[in-house]
Amino acid sequence: MTNDKIALQLQPKEYKSAVKPVWCPGCGDFGVLGALTKALAGLKIQPEDAAVISGIGCSSRMPTYLSTYGFHGVHGRALAVATGLKVARPDLTVIATGGDGDGFSIGGNHFLHTCRRNPDLTYIVMDNQVYGMTKGQASPTTEPNWERAKLTPSGTGINPFQPLAIALASGANFIARCSSSDSNGTARVLMEAIRHPGFSMVQVLSPCVTFRPEQREWKRSLIPAPEDMQRTPDPAEAARLLMTDEGVYTGILYVGDRPVYQPKLKSEIDNIATLDEEFRL
Amino acid sequence: MRFQSLSIALTGSGGSGVMTTGSLLLEAAGRAGWYGFMARSAGPQIRGGEAAAVLRIASEPIESHDDSFDLVLAIDPGSLARFLAEIPLRSDSLIISDAEGGRRGDSLPDTPARVIDLPMKGLAKTVQAGRPNMIALGALTKVIGLPLAPMLEILEKILKSKGADALESSWNCVQEGYEAGAELPVLDGPLVNTDISADRWSLTGNEAAGLGAVRGGIRFVAGYPITPATELLEWLAGTLPKVGGVLVQAEDELASVNQIIGASFGGTPALTATSGPGLALMTESIGLSVCSEVPVVIIDVMRCGPSTGIATKSEQSDLDIALHGLHGDAPHLVLAPTSVTDCLFTTQWSVHLAESLQTAAIVLSDQSLGQSKAIVERPADVSFMARRVVPETFAGEYQRYAISESGVSPMSIPGQAGGQYTADGLEHNQAGTPSSLPEDHYSQLEKRQRKIHAFEFGQHWADLEGSGETAVITWGATTGPVREALSRLRERGENVRLIAVRLLSPERPADMAAALAGVKRLLVVEQSHSRQFHRYLRSAYDLHPAVKVFNRPGPLPFRPNEIIEQLHNWGQAD
Ligand SMILES: Cc1ncc(C[n+]2csc(CCOP(=O)(O)OP(=O)(O)O)c2C)c(N)n1
Ligand code: SF4
Repeated sequence: MTNDKIALQLQPKEYKSAVKPVWCPGCGDFGVLGALTKALAGLKIQPEDAAVISGIGCSSRMPTYLSTYGFHGVHGRALAVATGLKVARPDLTVIATGGDGDGFSIGGNHFLHTCRRNPDLTYIVMDNQVYGMTKGQASPTTEPNWERAKLTPSGTGINPFQPLAIALASGANFIARCSSSDSNGTARVLMEAIRHPGFSMVQVLSPCVTFRPEQREWKRSLIPAPEDMQRTPDPAEAARLLMTDEGVYTGILYVGDRPVYQPKLKSEIDNIATLDEEFRL
Repeated sequence: MRFQSLSIALTGSGGSGVMTTGSLLLEAAGRAGWYGFMARSAGPQIRGGEAAAVLRIASEPIESHDDSFDLVLAIDPGSLARFLAEIPLRSDSLIISDAEGGRRGDSLPDTPARVIDLPMKGLAKTVQAGRPNMIALGALTKVIGLPLAPMLEILEKILKSKGADALESSWNCVQEGYEAGAELPVLDGPLVNTDISADRWSLTGNEAAGLGAVRGGIRFVAGYPITPATELLEWLAGTLPKVGGVLVQAEDELASVNQIIGASFGGTPALTATSGPGLALMTESIGLSVCSEVPVVIIDVMRCGPSTGIATKSEQSDLDIALHGLHGDAPHLVLAPTSVTDCLFTTQWSVHLAESLQTAAIVLSDQSLGQSKAIVERPADVSFMARRVVPETFAGEYQRYAISESGVSPMSIPGQAGGQYTADGLEHNQAGTPSSLPEDHYSQLEKRQRKIHAFEFGQHWADLEGSGETAVITWGATTGPVREALSRLRERGENVRLIAVRLLSPERPADMAAALAGVKRLLVVEQSHSRQFHRYLRSAYDLHPAVKVFNRPGPLPFRPNEIIEQLHNWGQAD
């Protein structure tokens, strides 16, 4: 449907819907909403040609606040919905959004296999290291000694999940980390992520000011990866950036050239009655 | 012409090729002017376990096993014991076996049948690359009175891909077996019909369902392997690319059902196939399809449950979960094919209904339909196609979930400018914005229910046949034996009605009342231990006749005479 259309240059705000977000004031997800609208405007993607797909969580509310097509499904299944849509409709720009619980806990299996399958999707995970929507339980990315969750009052005692290292190992084709407080920087990364073929995994550290107010200070612990190390096509170099103890790097940490999953949708027969032959005795 | 049929079972173990042999025999009989079907029965082993091909060849299209078997061919004597419960024998039944065919010391189980030895293994050794199952095929061809010519045609067709040598050795074996068969008693077979003019097809229920899906317009399928639905997915994997569609092997059933929801949201009619365990995993997301009004079709090829149950054997025990497994008030469609061929019609109709009504349709097939191969007349073309109501223009604010009279609201497709909305599994208002207001919840619940309940489903909701004050009500695969029982009774001048329910949800109270008008006695026949169908009928319908239930769990199929007995001994407790 994109073919003969002139792409209109819209303003970022034209990618927002009229629905007012339910998010708490100061929630990092506002920054991601802003960054995503800037990226869509920057790429001149028409709202009707994009679909934003999510599961359940505060961050998963994203599609409702956009003027694109959207799908707000069940908890943990955004990537499966997005994969089905992209495979059936390769002409669309398909973006999945959600939280760390949605993507790495209940949806963990889809995360692994979507990385591995490598369809041309962009996945934005607003990581706040907590379950915001259900009011403050530990998530897979929560530190083991965080003791403020009533469900795990002595901390989880479990090592956090490393989404980007796992994405790299599982076959994702583009890996980046950003901070929701840097809306323009995030928008630039998202533009590259959307443009890059295959599965682009973008972790946006997005504070939950309500259940993890200390995350307001988060940005201080983030270090932009050195420019010459960003966009490495070498998985081993990328792994060093992702797994180092030197600090938490932001930027585009891996850009691969892995084969993209997109079956051809071209009919080989003109008449469906041809199928009858197989059954005829 | 009088109806005649022959029931034949082939048993073997350790990759002895009984399924291939059975299939070749069935198709050759089809070429020679016969109808019939073949069910598969297998033990739990992945490869090399005992297996039985259970055939019935008849002068007319049939859908049921007979009461007992005329002929058993056990490639090795030890293989028959496992299947005895499934292969009732009479004193005039004939068992052909090979004393040397199995391991030393293996023997046939005790049965009332006559036994004849045929050294299949020995004869196979006289042929270059010969195999005992092909000797068996030749002997059976002779014993049932089938000419050799159609057998050669079928061998050529089936073995084409295996090369000239394979064909030659098989054909030599068949001829060798045919000669040896001349020494064996010839059965008074039904095989006198030679009308080969009909356009005969050979297909399994799983293939029929696949073809119905494709004919109905399905172009995206996602699935995760599970017995006995795998062949349905495999057939679609081979076929969809030919028609511009695609099958994705998903990482699990949660993914399959959500992938098809995604594809369907994008405007492509989409389907998945699974069995009970997979359906259980999918239920949350089937509710999502209902709430977000994104149409999908889920075929459940049922097997014995609960849990992993008996993966290779049939049962009608997923009715409860299909009807009631979704949380919340989630009106959706549940349909069931009544025969192997009907898998085509019912699936195609389900695609049409799901797409027209923008909801989920669960199709309950089962192992005995899905994995059985039938020789039938070419299934008729039907006009049921996926036709979704899509808005053409967008004047003003588009309301995806607008309250309409029919309950169906035009559904925009991504790419349509002005049609943007967010499909939502959260309760929403007419625009699709999440809402917790009671009036939005009521009106959307009401709309989703109305579109299904108010729809005019027409005559296909059930197969209604016959007349009289006694009726048998059933569904799914048990329709086959019931239908045959009633036709036997009809020949004897006894009229009994058949009500085979195809549309299980939504219920059709007016149609059912009409079907039951004048009925005084109603026999419910179903293959479930806890009488799921009976409970369903009680809760969905006003059953005024005297009701008797004839139920049992899988895997043993129902036989026509058992149903006749139930009707004749009405007063006796079952
Ligand atoms: C099947 C299921 N289980 C549990 C829930 C409850 N639930 C809703 S959101 C959520 C966690 C959300 O956390 P996250 O994905 O990190 O998103 P956030 O709210 O922090 O943005 C849970 C457990 C649900 N909706 N569905
Ligand atoms: S609870 Fe946390 S994540 Fe959810 S909206 Fe509030 S601040 Fe954001």
